[in-house]
Amino acid sequence: MNDMTPTRAEREAKLEGMGCRRKRVEDIRFTQGKGNYVDDIKLPGMLFGDFVRSPYAHARVNKIDATRALQVPGVLAVLTAEDLKGVNLAWMPTLAGDVQMVLADGKVLFQNQEVAFVVATDRYAAADGIEAVDVDYEPLEVLVDPFQSMAEGAPLLREDIKDKTEGAHGKRKHYNHIFEWTVGDKDLTDAAFRNADVTINEMISYHRTHPSPLETCQAIASFDKVKGELTLWGTFQAPHVVRTVASLLSKIPEQKIHVIAPDVGGGFGNKVGVYPGYICAIVASIVTGKPVKWVEDRMENLTATSFARDYHMTTEIAATKEGKVTALRVHVLADHGAFDACADPSKWPAGFFNIVTGSYDFPVALCTVDGVYTNKAPGGVAYRCSFRVTEAAYCIERGMDILAQKLGMDPAELRMRNFIRRDQFPYQSALGWEYDSGDYHTAMKQAMEKLDYAGLRAEQQKKREAFKAGLTREIMGIGVSFFTEIVGAGPSKNCDILGIAMFDSCEIRVHPTGAVIARMGTKSQGQGHETTWAQIIASEIGIPADDIMVEEGNTDTAPYGLGTYGSRSTPVAGAAIAMASRKVKAKAQLIAAYLLEVHEDDLEWDVDGFRVKGLPEKFKSMKEIAWTAYHSPPPGLEPGLEAVSYYDPPNMTYPFGAYFCVMDIDVDTGVYKVRRFYALDDCGTRINPMIIEGQVHGGLTEAFAIAMGQEIRYDEGGNVLTGSFMDFFIPTAVETPVWETDFTVTPSPHHPIGAKGVGESPNVGGVPAFSNAVNDAFSFLGSTHIQMPHDYWRNWEAAKKLGVVE
Amino acid sequence: MIPGSFDYFRPQSVAEASALLAKDDNARVLAGGHSLLPMMKLRMAQPSALIDLGGIGELRQIQFQGGQLHLGAMASQHDLLASDLVSEHAPILKEVALLIADPQVRYLGTIGGNVANGDPGNDMPAVMMALDAAFVLEGQHGRRNVKARAFYTGTYETALLPGEILTAVEIPTQVKGGFAYEKLKRKVGDYATAAAAVILSVKAGVVDACEITLTNLGPTALRAEAAASALIGKPAGHPGAIDAAVAAARAIMTPAHDTRGTPEYRTSAGGSMVRRAIQRALAKA
Amino acid sequence: MAKVHIKLKVNGQEMEGLAEPRTLLIHFIRENLALTGAHIGCETSHCGACTVDLDGKSVKSCTVLAVQANGSEVTTIEGMANPDGTLGALQEGFRQMHGLQCGYCTPGMIVRAHRLLQENPSPTDEEVRFGIAGNLCRCTGYQNIVKAIQYAAAKLRGEEFREAAE
Repeated sequence: MNDMTPTRAEREAKLEGMGCRRKRVEDIRFTQGKGNYVDDIKLPGMLFGDFVRSPYAHARVNKIDATRALQVPGVLAVLTAEDLKGVNLAWMPTLAGDVQMVLADGKVLFQNQEVAFVVATDRYAAADGIEAVDVDYEPLEVLVDPFQSMAEGAPLLREDIKDKTEGAHGKRKHYNHIFEWTVGDKDLTDAAFRNADVTINEMISYHRTHPSPLETCQAIASFDKVKGELTLWGTFQAPHVVRTVASLLSKIPEQKIHVIAPDVGGGFGNKVGVYPGYICAIVASIVTGKPVKWVEDRMENLTATSFARDYHMTTEIAATKEGKVTALRVHVLADHGAFDACADPSKWPAGFFNIVTGSYDFPVALCTVDGVYTNKAPGGVAYRCSFRVTEAAYCIERGMDILAQKLGMDPAELRMRNFIRRDQFPYQSALGWEYDSGDYHTAMKQAMEKLDYAGLRAEQQKKREAFKAGLTREIMGIGVSFFTEIVGAGPSKNCDILGIAMFDSCEIRVHPTGAVIARMGTKSQGQGHETTWAQIIASEIGIPADDIMVEEGNTDTAPYGLGTYGSRSTPVAGAAIAMASRKVKAKAQLIAAYLLEVHEDDLEWDVDGFRVKGLPEKFKSMKEIAWTAYHSPPPGLEPGLEAVSYYDPPNMTYPFGAYFCVMDIDVDTGVYKVRRFYALDDCGTRINPMIIEGQVHGGLTEAFAIAMGQEIRYDEGGNVLTGSFMDFFIPTAVETPVWETDFTVTPSPHHPIGAKGVGESPNVGGVPAFSNAVNDAFSFLGSTHIQMPHDYWRNWEAAKKLGVVE
Repeated sequence: MIPGSFDYFRPQSVAEASALLAKDDNARVLAGGHSLLPMMKLRMAQPSALIDLGGIGELRQIQFQGGQLHLGAMASQHDLLASDLVSEHAPILKEVALLIADPQVRYLGTIGGNVANGDPGNDMPAVMMALDAAFVLEGQHGRRNVKARAFYTGTYETALLPGEILTAVEIPTQVKGGFAYEKLKRKVGDYATAAAAVILSVKAGVVDACEITLTNLGPTALRAEAAASALIGKPAGHPGAIDAAVAAARAIMTPAHDTRGTPEYRTSAGGSMVRRAIQRALAKA
Repeated sequence: MAKVHIKLKVNGQEMEGLAEPRTLLIHFIRENLALTGAHIGCETSHCGACTVDLDGKSVKSCTVLAVQANGSEVTTIEGMANPDGTLGALQEGFRQMHGLQCGYCTPGMIVRAHRLLQENPSPTDEEVRFGIAGNLCRCTGYQNIVKAIQYAAAKLRGEEFREAAE
């Protein structure tokens, strides 16, 4: 070897594989304004569609008169439910087994519901057309409070199913009831409560909010009448599922539907579902024979497509007086709005809410969820969380704090006493999950030391005394949160969407020059898949990440996959990528053995090629192997070097973390200041630490917003009060705290590269940390639980209720 | 969110602008556009014509003449922040301008627009009342001055007559003293949950003169005269006097119930803003 | 409604088109001039995704009429690269410091940061945060955006920026 031969470390560095803070390839186009988002696409002859929406939350629609609208210059058509009935699309099935009106069919059930679709030459004409559609509404009694949904004499919302006693998930108890879902052992749990030294019981609400990515939901449908083919561009987190749904609904054969998700400007769960806008754009394109674009405005986005949360969780914990938990009992009242349009795996009407036992060793538990209808927008999407996991994490983390307070014990100490121990993994939870791995005590201790938890508690004690002595009007809170997530949906044994198992996929083609194109069933909305997927492949097959192009989102070219949400991309597609890589590598090994004239078992992998064991100079690089695969493949072996993997995960993955929030609150105004926020995440193997930290920053910012003020609020009349970014809290750089990140690494034992997913952890773990900080600040004044969101006003109300402000 | 159609005019003089305005009852004057255009996009405002004052150079001038600081109506918040004359003669305006909206909006949002439309959420009206500014109104029938303190008659209702344009703000020379604007808001870009302006002077340890005005705590900006009186003649920083001023200010607050909070909260917070503004103004006096 | 002839100098190039008086500047730039870098995020002048530079001012082009800008000089994200086509200091800073994720807010954020650094070449982190408070980002939590802008500020001052992206 001469001096020019790169060292092993240099060869590894050149790959920019796993563990590397690789700069993102996406950024070259995004920083130059050369991204290609749906609204950037302009097709010849393209029309624009826009909705007439209901000003009422509940009303009968007596008549829709489009006469004036059709006279508006540029307006070509106005679609109503009557038109859609002709193609059997006035209603559409939801992912949750319900049906939803595409356009108002006889009545409207929430404010801003889609009533008619105006198709015009451009968005200005469409907007004029909307103003000229005359709708005769007859207002009906409005049902806003989910606690009144099943009351006797409550307004009947869903006339279409009023006599159905059986829903998609079993018995319906009332005409406004959707489902009841129960997991756990009632008898054992009840017995544990009867025998408990200490119990707590608190109704903990997680308010309604919205994912609200900066790019709203949008689509362009282009139907080619001659070929009978439909091309649909859209802001889709799950393009393949959209194609299947579009085919089932439109009866256009699936091979004749081309779904393309171009660059997507954030998703956070908002872009998983199928919305009336997509359906109407498709129908309008079929009717007019022209491409039709639909672009939601922000108000429509906030008020009509897919809210999140709205879970009202009556939480009970039983424990010994030493602080050992003995049972958990939770009842959830779930407000689903007017239609059950949750984007959960089909068999899971409340998602994975049964992860509610959290990080703690509960011997027994019982959880029941009742879903009900109200006159609010449909949805219930997983806003930066795996299905209902953030609700569950909030419930248990708040519950543990309340228990600690009742026991007079430090909340961190209570958690340490109840953590599932490292030697208990794989751990069977009382509510049916098998936690794959974890090391909670190590993470918690590391966090407490780095933060100087003991020092902060001592400072808090002094501040409390100063407050009581009238020396300050500021109170200090320390929020503790230790979350366990369940992500990576999911194993086919328990997860499907519309009957399709929730696998994911990867196809890798190595070209003759050693350049690679790889395609997956996932779809990045900012997560940086083009960068990180290439890193996995680079490490697995020894080809530099820069030589690997990653493509997602085109259903014609990408293998079928279930998409990107619920932190499933790394656990599922990430595994498929590793497995497909390993198939490529296995074939490469055969080729290398042939080239080096040895048995394949005599070879060993060395960074970027195969080497004969004990003969280091006998080496073939992947580049040479790739060329051979196309130029002179070994006899009996097919030419080419490519592989596909469809990966059905054996289990979920269970990322976890310890989050701490230190906050000061001025009781006179309710104004809070986040002094510190420390987040320790364990997401197993770390593929790109830079991207992980970016995900944590972003998720914490969303958690901060949600906990501290971001809500979709309705008045008694069902009018949305938070329909713009004036009132819907999205913090700016000024309000957003500075984040401190940290990590431990506990690889997933069943995942090919040990990775667990991270994008949603900061939202799941962050919300309880903020809320616990507020609650902790007020606790010494005698409060046990203050509902979110903790905006200035609500903090002041809390202070007032506790008698510390006039 | 697309505005309806309208005719667009870009006059070169105030006379031309007022002639255009006089011709069409449904025409509106366009200044920075950051209140009007959003309303038009929501179709809550549908003017038949927009008369853009952006072409009238003189309306952007900031001058000091005859003992008065003269702010052309089209001077932007950004212009105020960059002006040495403002620093010298009405530094409170800088403090306020920095609390209005965000950087982009401050480049276009104008002082005239902020004071003219009668939105109780705007910050400048209260400050202009505290400064005892006058607004110059020009129309077909000439020109008149109306004091800020007499200008606001109700929410979105002002002394501006049909056909009149607010062309300038005139601020008299201030007595040397302390000032502060305390604004509680949920985030950058938000209107005040509650805000208070205080301008005062102290002579020999006693409050000599004082103005206290309030933003977004009633149908219009409010002048809290009783609150100011509670301080005048009292030793600077006298706790009882400050308590009395806060109580008197709270007594005239009638904020709406909105997403920022209940009237009870906003009144309480309004009192806190008054208290803090007094304390900060005294510290500077 | 009769259309107005609108002439702009965009990224140094004379451009023109016809638009109704009500045409918003963002639509004129995106639809008529086919420069789709600036985006629409909220339509109520809160998010700043539509930010462009208009005669030396950062403006939200969803709340400006194209006719108001007639005769003006406009700089968009498409004009932010170096003359030789390489990434400009801010663009490079955003990439190096991981100052973007979905990329939707990025064009507005960079154009705004450009004006901020013109006015204040050595801002503190707090001044950066205050200076970009008219631009919302849903992905990054701003921390790395602040770093990206400081990276660019240092580069433009001819200094080396030492901090790593987090």
